[in-house]
Amino acid sequence: MSVDTATVAKIASLARLKVTEPELEAMVPELNGILAWVEQLGEVDVAGIEPMTAVIPNTLRLRDDVVNADPLTGGGIRDAVLANAPAAEHGFFGVPKVIE
Amino acid sequence: MPNNANELTELGIAAIREGVAKGEFTATEVAAAFNAAVAAAQPALNAFIVTTPEKALDAAAKVDADRAAGKALGKMAGVPIGMKDLFATKGVQTTAASRILEGFTPEYESTVSSKLWDAGAGMLGKLNLDQFAMGSSNETSAFGNVISPWRRPGDTAPLAPGGSSGGSSAAVAARLAPAATGTDTGGSIRQPAAFTGISGIKPTYGRCSRWGIVAFASSLDQAGPMARDVRDCAIMLEAMAGFDPKDATSLDLPVPAWEAGLSGDLRGKKVGIPREYRMDGMDPDVAKSWDDGIAWLKDAGAEIVDISLPHTKYALPTYYIIAPAEASSNLARYDGVRYGLRELPDGANLQDMYAATRAAGFGAEVKRRILIGTYVLSAGFYDAYYTQAQKVRTLISHDFKNAFTEVDVILAPTAPTAAFALGEKSDDPLAMYLNDVFSVPASLAGLPAMSVPAGVDRNGLPLGLQVIGKAFDEQGVLNAGLAIEQRAGFSAKPAKWW
Repeated sequence: MSVDTATVAKIASLARLKVTEPELEAMVPELNGILAWVEQLGEVDVAGIEPMTAVIPNTLRLRDDVVNADPLTGGGIRDAVLANAPAAEHGFFGVPKVIE
Repeated sequence: MPNNANELTELGIAAIREGVAKGEFTATEVAAAFNAAVAAAQPALNAFIVTTPEKALDAAAKVDADRAAGKALGKMAGVPIGMKDLFATKGVQTTAASRILEGFTPEYESTVSSKLWDAGAGMLGKLNLDQFAMGSSNETSAFGNVISPWRRPGDTAPLAPGGSSGGSSAAVAARLAPAATGTDTGGSIRQPAAFTGISGIKPTYGRCSRWGIVAFASSLDQAGPMARDVRDCAIMLEAMAGFDPKDATSLDLPVPAWEAGLSGDLRGKKVGIPREYRMDGMDPDVAKSWDDGIAWLKDAGAEIVDISLPHTKYALPTYYIIAPAEASSNLARYDGVRYGLRELPDGANLQDMYAATRAAGFGAEVKRRILIGTYVLSAGFYDAYYTQAQKVRTLISHDFKNAFTEVDVILAPTAPTAAFALGEKSDDPLAMYLNDVFSVPASLAGLPAMSVPAGVDRNGLPLGLQVIGKAFDEQGVLNAGLAIEQRAGFSAKPAKWW
């Protein structure tokens, strides 16, 4: 499978990446080179093989049902959460108007 | 006994810790010596994005005060280190070497860095790296290339320090830090260690908490130490590792006493030599260093066993589907809303802002991987690419499991060549990706693996040997690494030109 300019433009839009026309033109052969190379995986016989989901066996844990059991992941830190926001307003993240 | 700054910067972790504990010199003297080395080298090597000399001095003063008060000192007491700029450090800019995070000043400390400070280490600064750890030469940083302290004889052409932990490797090799943190997704600790003549270990996936490390590919990312020798790696890994409930993939296991368990005696051990790694056209110097390594491990008492890892050739293409797929998801968080850069063109709506911010903030390699990742996860292609890659990953993991029924560790080269020159591969993404050919398989299988210096090539540049171990057997990896170190007698260091 290979990609054309329209496909790359579509992927870039899905990935929320603004790309210029010259960038798009340059990316098509690069991505096709990489995709052609990874396609060799198609020749591997994977009949009956499960896709890997965990590289080292581990079990999912539940944390104790306690508020702020670990203060590093607890609540009540609004100002810290907003401290790096490019536009924090009235205790919220500010974004351009989304409702007309 | 070292008594001047040049001698202090020659010391590694164990020697500094011991000298401070015995009162041969103070932690403050050590921190001052390394701070001066960092400042002097920064214009030429660009190993750091931010330097924090006051942090190194503050931590040292605390260690000196604790010692004076007769308090117990930590595993890393008095050791100033470099911190890869992928670890969130409270109050100190953390960028992942990307413009999209420029100015980001975390309100919290990563688990690994926090453990290191608790063990008595101090921070010299935040080390440069490939942007979002995506690269093998440190040429994708938004803050400029790191220049290796190594040069070819009679040639001033700048060489790659390896990547992505290129600031870490350059700093340790140039004696700007006795040790540094690294992270390894497909070889980012081992390959730069090999390129610069130092040691580095990626532990079993889950040993070191990923909490507070900027995420690249979550099923592969692991932190580990980069240092002058195997013992220093063991000491620092003990300080970094340990269960963390804040990371769902953290291993709930006690941290072994790796330093105390070090032994270069390999009698009764079997070392596997994977025949698929001996590739056509292999660099003769690399092939020779591998043969040297085999002879050294035999001399240490090990039995050498020929093994097969049949899916080796598929590891790189598997990695270059899985890692970009995970990266494209992880990097969705950079949206210009919560932290970092925001680009808001006139009249832009929310979607325009996302796209403009990400276009301005991410570098070319990061964009390339986001696009690949988005494509292989998109409707209609997911099974053909991503599911297939995860199945092949299972087969690669099976290869190792089968091999480890026969052998205790595996020996291979770390990288296909010694350090290349900056610019040599940066125009061809595929040529750059192929540099990870020997390091990626162990990453895909989550196994502990380390690189130790083995010798130099025809140009006098360092070559590394890689030891890959069973899951949870960092001790076996460190011990085989130690056996190599004891026999390689590697003493080359870059001649100071900076």
